[in-house]
Amino acid sequence: MAGFDKRVASYEEAMEGIESGMTVIAGGFGLCGIPENLIAEIKRRGVDDLTVVSNNCGVDGFGLGILLEDRQIRKILASYVGENALFEKQMLNDEIEVVLTPQGTLAEKMRAGGAGIPAFYTATGYGTPIGDGKEVREFNGRHYILEEAIVGDFAIVKGWKADRYGNVMYRHTAQNFNPMAATAGKITVVEVEEIVEPGELEPSQIHTPGIYVDRIIQGSFEKRIEKRTVRS
Amino acid sequence: MALTREQMAQRVARELEDGFYVNLGIGIPTLVANYIPDGIDVMLQSENGLLGMGRYPTEDELDSDMINAGKETVTARPGAAIFSSAESFAMIRGGHVDLTVLGAFEVDQHGNIASWMIPGKLIKGMGGAMDLVAGAENIICTMTHASKHGESKLLEKCELPLTGAGCINRVLTDLAYLEIKDGAFILKERAPGVSVEEIMEKTAGKLIVPDHVPEMTFDAE
Repeated sequence: MAGFDKRVASYEEAMEGIESGMTVIAGGFGLCGIPENLIAEIKRRGVDDLTVVSNNCGVDGFGLGILLEDRQIRKILASYVGENALFEKQMLNDEIEVVLTPQGTLAEKMRAGGAGIPAFYTATGYGTPIGDGKEVREFNGRHYILEEAIVGDFAIVKGWKADRYGNVMYRHTAQNFNPMAATAGKITVVEVEEIVEPGELEPSQIHTPGIYVDRIIQGSFEKRIEKRTVRS
Repeated sequence: MALTREQMAQRVARELEDGFYVNLGIGIPTLVANYIPDGIDVMLQSENGLLGMGRYPTEDELDSDMINAGKETVTARPGAAIFSSAESFAMIRGGHVDLTVLGAFEVDQHGNIASWMIPGKLIKGMGGAMDLVAGAENIICTMTHASKHGESKLLEKCELPLTGAGCINRVLTDLAYLEIKDGAFILKERAPGVSVEEIMEKTAGKLIVPDHVPEMTFDAE
């Protein structure tokens, strides 16, 4: 009896059901807190025509950047891209559709998607190209644009610790977009550094309650650093 | 003499107040953290989800799970809090951040700012800048007053696509410190040795020049 046990045995099982043409929401900021092994599994499966929702698109050879190599991404919603040469090339050749989305709006689109709110008004982007063609309303003398929520066929998330029931904690700023992504997938898959027994995590310290999580897997991570800055 | 990047950061730092929560953008704004006046405590917000950004880590402290919005490895200072990006932008959009400092390509006399997109050039994205300018009531823009070819960046109307509309109220350039009010730039201070005439010449937007425009002073380094 599996009950609330969300563990899966392999990465193959973790991404079971992903198909070409699907929308995938990914947690992570830069290379921090990215579900690196779940991304690698998407690459291995070779599915394409994907719509990816993520703040960034990795770097050449790591993170979401590896999905560019075989042109698996058709469209991406992100706030900042082009740290990778391959991405720039595909963008300039119109091989990938980029929907630039303000970072806070992107986070809120995921949050709203997971919370059953179809759209929301925000002042962010009003009067800019981002607001073009969007409904505008005035509240208390200020202008706001209507932004729609996002739900993914899959959400892929990187956590720190989880229990077997899928309650997840994140570590430091590797939290970033992961909690919102976790709520916004029809199927939410979380990979973590450690899976513990129910009761071992303090309930009030859980960031993502297990109700949002469908599958959980323990992996090992490279956790590459994008900009290494140190003081002597 | 035009201000150096360090002098610009020093001048902005004088606008910090004890107890301020502050978001510093990339570039000159980041340098402001080096000039926080003695006796003043400010908490730096990094929009990926950190309130209370500390110094860069030592080799021993280096942690791939601990970065700032510029993706640099950082530390958290005592009293810091870490949270999700949605929470972070709730703080920003909700107007809870006391001061935002960010760079720009152009600003205009109506407080519009253009900082993220030059048509025809590669566009990497706005990151959190649109949320920051929409949410903050108190923004200082740091920028050069004119391009290398002498073309003003303080305009009657921004020519580049906007980052935000009607949201900038203070600008520090390498030549001057100005406020924006009622459709005009108001010259408040000038860089040491820079004449009012030069600033007038390099400001394309409407400029109000008071009778007395003090010169900025800087401690000898």
